[in-house]
Amino acid sequence: MAEKLKLDIVTPHGHVFNDDVDEIVASGSEGEFGVLPEHVPFLTTLKIGMLTYKKGSETGIFFISSGYAEVGPDKVTILADSAEKSDHIDIERAKAAMKRAEERLKQAEKFDEARATAALERAITRIHVAEKK
Amino acid sequence: MATLRDIKKRIKAVQNTQKITKAMKMVSASKLRKVQNRMLDLRPYADKMHDVLMSLARGADRESHPLLAFRPRKTVEVVVVTSDRGLCGAFNTNILKAAQRCINDYKKDGFEASISTVGKKARDYFKRRGIPMRKSWTGISGNVSFTNAQEIANDIKDNFINETIDEVVVVYNAFKSMVAQTVTVAKLLPLAPIEEGKESSAAESAMADFIYEPSMEAIFDRLIPRNVDIQIYRALLESSAAEEAARMSAMENATKSCSEMVGKLTLQFNKARQASITGELMDIVGGVEALKG
Repeated sequence: MAEKLKLDIVTPHGHVFNDDVDEIVASGSEGEFGVLPEHVPFLTTLKIGMLTYKKGSETGIFFISSGYAEVGPDKVTILADSAEKSDHIDIERAKAAMKRAEERLKQAEKFDEARATAALERAITRIHVAEKK
Repeated sequence: MATLRDIKKRIKAVQNTQKITKAMKMVSASKLRKVQNRMLDLRPYADKMHDVLMSLARGADRESHPLLAFRPRKTVEVVVVTSDRGLCGAFNTNILKAAQRCINDYKKDGFEASISTVGKKARDYFKRRGIPMRKSWTGISGNVSFTNAQEIANDIKDNFINETIDEVVVVYNAFKSMVAQTVTVAKLLPLAPIEEGKESSAAESAMADFIYEPSMEAIFDRLIPRNVDIQIYRALLESSAAEEAARMSAMENATKSCSEMVGKLTLQFNKARQASITGELMDIVGGVEALKG
């Protein structure tokens, strides 16, 4: 029996994380889900959210912007549009992005509303994740 | 025999060329570094995405997505990726040769070949031979962006779904190392579930029964088109990196040849100088002897 999960997080901008972990919690499009070793094969889309893993006594938190997760008995592969570890998040930038998105939402007729909403959600989640560490 | 002035002129000319090739090498090196980083960053993502799709496609119903459809092959689209600019050694020749071979093979097997090209070199090649192209894009190899890739990918996807084309292969140079590029012929659509020689994933096929969330269709709808975008993007980046690497080594060789040439010409110059000095000395000695006489 596999005792560890191989967690692999890749984005178009590079490999973000690759290690053996004990437990993963991620936010799928249908809600949060947890993964332990020997999980059934599972494929889901991810929404903008948080991913936490536990490895022994160590915990790590990632910000994940939408993507996919492929879960197998001994590995989890995350294909994300972007992913950042909580202590690598630039809070100032996220706050600026939040403000910009809010302003754009106020004048919704000038900007693409869906894009602004997504940007706002990303910014808020980023700040939320960054404050978790 | 060439006069001293002629030789001197030639040395100057060769030295000027050397300056240019050296500068071009330097420019290529810095461009390569930029595009190489992007390519290396993208590679794991593209590979993983491909893997995920492969294990998916194995269990999936072929009818479930238009881009998965296996139709009887009639028209095969060959996407040829070259550079816009020359002076990069055999880079473009290799690709065009491989593409031509590929097209000939398809024709021999009785399929219709439809050609689309990326880069001026491929466009010019087929134009010169009077081979019609379905589509050609230029001005990409220097600044590859995801938007470019998407534009190409969308066109291909549309045509595949319209059934104008039934299979898509991409011919491009993959970046292997600074000195080596490999011509790669990659099948893009339809997704083949089991590639020849890829038996290592046999263990995975046992677990092809996935649970899908929200649903298989929803995932396929997003994942499959995105995979096409990513694979095209990757081919463009690889080709661009390989082009700069090829240009770098071509320019390096040119610079070396220039040095050799300058050496040879200098030798010739010195010999000619020596000969003329000896000749003048002989004249003087001869004159003195005559006066003595």
